[in-house]
Amino acid sequence: MSLPAIAVKNLVKQFGETTVLHGIDLDIPQGKVSCLIGPSGSGKSTLLRCMAFLEEATRGTITIDGEVLGFSESAQGVRERLPAATNRAIRSRIGMVFQQFNLWPHMTALGNVSEALKTVHKMSRKDAEDLAMAQLVKVGLESRAGHYPAQLSGGQQQRVAIARALALKPKIMLFDEPTSSLDPELTGEVLNVMRDLAAEGMTMVVVSHEIGFAATVGQQISFLDQGKLLFTGAPSDVFRKPRNPRLEQFLDTYLDRGASMLV
Amino acid sequence: MIFDVNVIFDQLPAILRGAGVTILLWIAATIGGAFFGFLVAVGRRYGGRLVNLPLGFCVEILRGTPFLIQIFLLYYGGPFIGLALDPVPAGLMGLTVYGAAYYSEIFRSGFAAIPVGHIEAAQCVGLTQGQIIRRILLPEMTMLVLPPSVNMAVIILKETAILSIITVPELTLTVSAIGSQQYAFVESLFLLALIYWALVEAAGRLGHLAETRLSRYRFSQS
Ligand SMILES: Nc1ncnc2c1ncn2[C@@H]1O[C@H](COP(=O)(O)OP(=O)(O)O)[C@@H](O)[C@H]1O
Ligand SMILES: [Mg+2]
Repeated sequence: MSLPAIAVKNLVKQFGETTVLHGIDLDIPQGKVSCLIGPSGSGKSTLLRCMAFLEEATRGTITIDGEVLGFSESAQGVRERLPAATNRAIRSRIGMVFQQFNLWPHMTALGNVSEALKTVHKMSRKDAEDLAMAQLVKVGLESRAGHYPAQLSGGQQQRVAIARALALKPKIMLFDEPTSSLDPELTGEVLNVMRDLAAEGMTMVVVSHEIGFAATVGQQISFLDQGKLLFTGAPSDVFRKPRNPRLEQFLDTYLDRGASMLV
Repeated sequence: MIFDVNVIFDQLPAILRGAGVTILLWIAATIGGAFFGFLVAVGRRYGGRLVNLPLGFCVEILRGTPFLIQIFLLYYGGPFIGLALDPVPAGLMGLTVYGAAYYSEIFRSGFAAIPVGHIEAAQCVGLTQGQIIRRILLPEMTMLVLPPSVNMAVIILKETAILSIITVPELTLTVSAIGSQQYAFVESLFLLALIYWALVEAAGRLGHLAETRLSRYRFSQS
């Protein structure tokens, strides 16, 4: 097996006294779509945010393409913070898409997508905007380039957010419930962009309540419950013959809601 | 007493000089106050407890005492600690420090009102702390803090009148001196009110214009 895109080893995350992740071990394979499912509050976002180094793990390591992100940990468990520049460099291989889009309201769609190209990668304004425009074309929003976020629908904002992440040519894309704050009729356009991306072979980690998406696009499904990884496997194992009682119970709540035909 | 407008017209050059001093002090103290207030807000946000606590204490004292007392203390008390200033520098310094205290609170709540996700999105695409402040926080904050900032500018303008008690030759001192020389107290007070009101009105218009220009990128629901 080749090197995993992301290797999570014995990851523990505490917020004050509460332990939110209890020693997670998880490999994210290269070029595949991995989905994290689980009940609300089970720690999916926290795990994803640790992978993007938006949260600092309490113990354990996250390795991106073989390079440790955030903190190194010795065999004795001594943790050492890696230099900010190192972490920035490793993190630049990761693109993150948030539930709340998090577009910058004072920049147009084009401005949002070209910002990091200009300020971080020091590209000329023209080169940055050409590249940004190409990304907007890719998510079908070239006609909205000059619009401010407030002038875009939720689905359009999320597609701009995806374009913003893609413009930096990440090797891994993380999605934290990308469609959860969208009106139901707008989820399709975002999921389609994600499907296209998956078809191109992008390594993706998707936290989603869209069980249908997980079942049809997902290639590895991980089930998280109360901060523990209870199950990781192929979609067929998860959805067709779930053996874990908690997983079964969780899926039942979705099947009850009529998601069964999607599976 | 007869309301005699001519008294005032005779003294117009002196009055305009006083108004000029007031406007200059106002603009300098507002810009200086906003500048230092921003530094204080950034220091308190990123400097850790050792910076946050003492700065917070100073801000509370400045906001919790009348400006009149502060300027008296600075002007008459200053020499005891080797800070003997002429009226104009003392007035400018006092007003700037006073404004900085309030502006720091305006910026602090402006920082706090920006969704954390906007900063996280910037971290994820690789912006450094400084770039995030310059490219994301400052511009986003501008539209949040514009209304309270204009408000504060107006308060500073009105507080310049207090500088007359330490003999800064600004509008209030000039006009009330003319008033008492010419026995035209009511006329001079009336004129003062009129000029201050006109300046406040102008500041308000300017602020409103800026708000309209910035309103096109109001926050969306997220
Ligand atoms: N910043 C935080 N401070 C304290 N507790 C947190 C914080 N973020 C998340 N939690 C807690 O961690 C648990 C897992 O949260 P989260 O990862 O958001 O779950 P999920 O995304 O699966 O719904 C929840 O109990 C939540 O309350
Ligand atoms: Mg979540």
